[in-house]
Amino acid sequence: MSEVAEVGSRRFASPGRKGLPSWVWATGRTIISVAVTLFGLAALTFFIGRLLPLDPVAAVLGDNATQEAYDAMYRQLGLDQPLWVQFARYVWGILHLDFGTALTTGKPVMEDIARVFPATIELASVAIIIGTGFGIPMGVLAAMYRDTWIDQLSRVVGLIGYSAPNFWLGLMGLVLFYATLGWVAGPGRIDFTYEFDLEPVTGFLLIDSAMAGNWEMFGNAFSHIILPASILAFGAFAYISRMTRSFMIEQLSQEYVVTARVKGLSWSRTVWGHAFRNIAVQVVTVVALSYAFLLEGAVLTETVFAWPGFGRYLTNALLAGDMNAVVGCTLLVGVIFVTLNLLCDLLYRVFDPRTR
Amino acid sequence: MSAPPLETSGTGLKAWLTAPIPASPFQARMQQLSLKWWRLKANPSALFGLAVIVLIVLAALFAPLIATHDIYAQDLGKRLLRPSAAHWLGTDELGRDIFSRLVFGARITLYIALLTAIIVAPLGLIIGTTSGYLGGWVDIVLMRVVDVFLAFPSLVLALAFVAALGPGIENAIIAIALAAWPPIARLARAETLSIRKSDYIAAVRLQGASPLRIILGHVVPMCIPSVVVRLTLNMAAIILTAAGLGFLGLGAQPPSPEWGAMLASGREFILTNGWIAAIPGTAILITSLAFNLFGDGLRDILDPRHG
Repeated sequence: MSEVAEVGSRRFASPGRKGLPSWVWATGRTIISVAVTLFGLAALTFFIGRLLPLDPVAAVLGDNATQEAYDAMYRQLGLDQPLWVQFARYVWGILHLDFGTALTTGKPVMEDIARVFPATIELASVAIIIGTGFGIPMGVLAAMYRDTWIDQLSRVVGLIGYSAPNFWLGLMGLVLFYATLGWVAGPGRIDFTYEFDLEPVTGFLLIDSAMAGNWEMFGNAFSHIILPASILAFGAFAYISRMTRSFMIEQLSQEYVVTARVKGLSWSRTVWGHAFRNIAVQVVTVVALSYAFLLEGAVLTETVFAWPGFGRYLTNALLAGDMNAVVGCTLLVGVIFVTLNLLCDLLYRVFDPRTR
Repeated sequence: MSAPPLETSGTGLKAWLTAPIPASPFQARMQQLSLKWWRLKANPSALFGLAVIVLIVLAALFAPLIATHDIYAQDLGKRLLRPSAAHWLGTDELGRDIFSRLVFGARITLYIALLTAIIVAPLGLIIGTTSGYLGGWVDIVLMRVVDVFLAFPSLVLALAFVAALGPGIENAIIAIALAAWPPIARLARAETLSIRKSDYIAAVRLQGASPLRIILGHVVPMCIPSVVVRLTLNMAAIILTAAGLGFLGLGAQPPSPEWGAMLASGREFILTNGWIAAIPGTAILITSLAFNLFGDGLRDILDPRHG
């Protein structure tokens, strides 16, 4: 968010250099800075890939390869080239969405990621719906009834959301809601009986099954997703409600709120009809950022729930020392982060006249 | 925030601490400290956080005295026992005493947190203050590097570094530190930008002090309070990341009683024996909660601008 403020003030300081409208300058500056960051991401992931104490050739061929086979693979992997040539090849590969072959599956990393990603997006999307659906009202209520028990409750719940390890919450959730109460289905995305019933269209089971009119399957998929998504949503809920509260408190101290009240508007209409409109863009930014952080939480949550998504793929690649897959996944998360940040930045500029 | 008592009468330490005119720099410093302490005492949740942290530190220091059993001794005849007088928190899947392992686990958690802080604080401070004070190209380059690191969620970055360095507790610490320094650097830079404009820095510069001397002697000390606050708050995240790495099998390795690793090893049995996972998880939750509460309180005291 500091980035946003910085860009805003710079624009203000240098309006219309060389006759171009200032927003062109600001956008150009943002694009350059994003390009530099993306290049840095590539450099960092390349560096991480080279840190590996394992021998990449041995990782492909195994320990019993002959010297000739070893040398041939060494050249094939491009390891005989100077470092900068290797880096250039790496960047070239990235630009063509080529991250090399995953050792664990023997398929191109990009193909693997495309296969597992919908599961994660589905999980994260349900989570963000839950997190936003509860987080925003909680934050607004906490600001409206500041220093009452509602505010205290939201603070305590939020603190636990910040402090609890989500993989542990996942385990406890399974013990309670799956093993003891039997309210939800267990680990995995769907029961085995439904596994092959559906022709994947979007890759999102909830949408696919609803489109096929298979409500029994929809119910099963929902019962699988609701627990991991709720647990993943907890952290997002904590963040969203805390930020919404502080935005709202700032708005409620403004004079227009008093004016609206003096005019006879009810408290809730003042808050939702006037104050909330003013914080809407900020809240959307926070939601977008927490969506990005859900991807981080998904790594551990997916491991606990045996969710066949991106996080579990990354974990398996990590444990197998499959650096191509690790580097590809890390880079992808970085790019998603940068993109979401950029979108928030643009959103601010388009919808919030105060930053113009 | 309640005002500290201002009575000047009375004898002994309290009078010395509340004297309107301190007689020595030492006394003045102690008065400042006691003022902060009074403010902290007025904040019950911060005090609670501090108390829990002290308790965990004590448990870690005196672990061999507190633990009731050998933490590595396996006894398959006594596996998965419920909490009892002999085993206060029950036994795990190999018949080891969970309470003793939990106490020793505090050592590992604090070791990780402390070492990470020792690496991260100087690194972030030096990079941030240098970048902010020198400005120009140095600033642009360093801040781009920070941006690149911040473009990854810290757990994912730590995972990638651990994958490259190999599993193990020291590597986990390096990985967490590499992922945790950029926010500190950015904070220190922001502080430096406002400090460098102040008159006293101009005065030092006119006296001929070198940039190195100004940064180390006059800028860094001013940044320390906010960095301490930030680090305390980050401690919670660091503990969670370390536990996550341990849980995935990439941090502390078995049979180490690291809390995340304890969770992972008891995982197969949790559906029938929930407390095996409940106990180490609760310990992680309480520790990170304590750091969050204490950090919030500390921010109100040391860094009132950002409260």
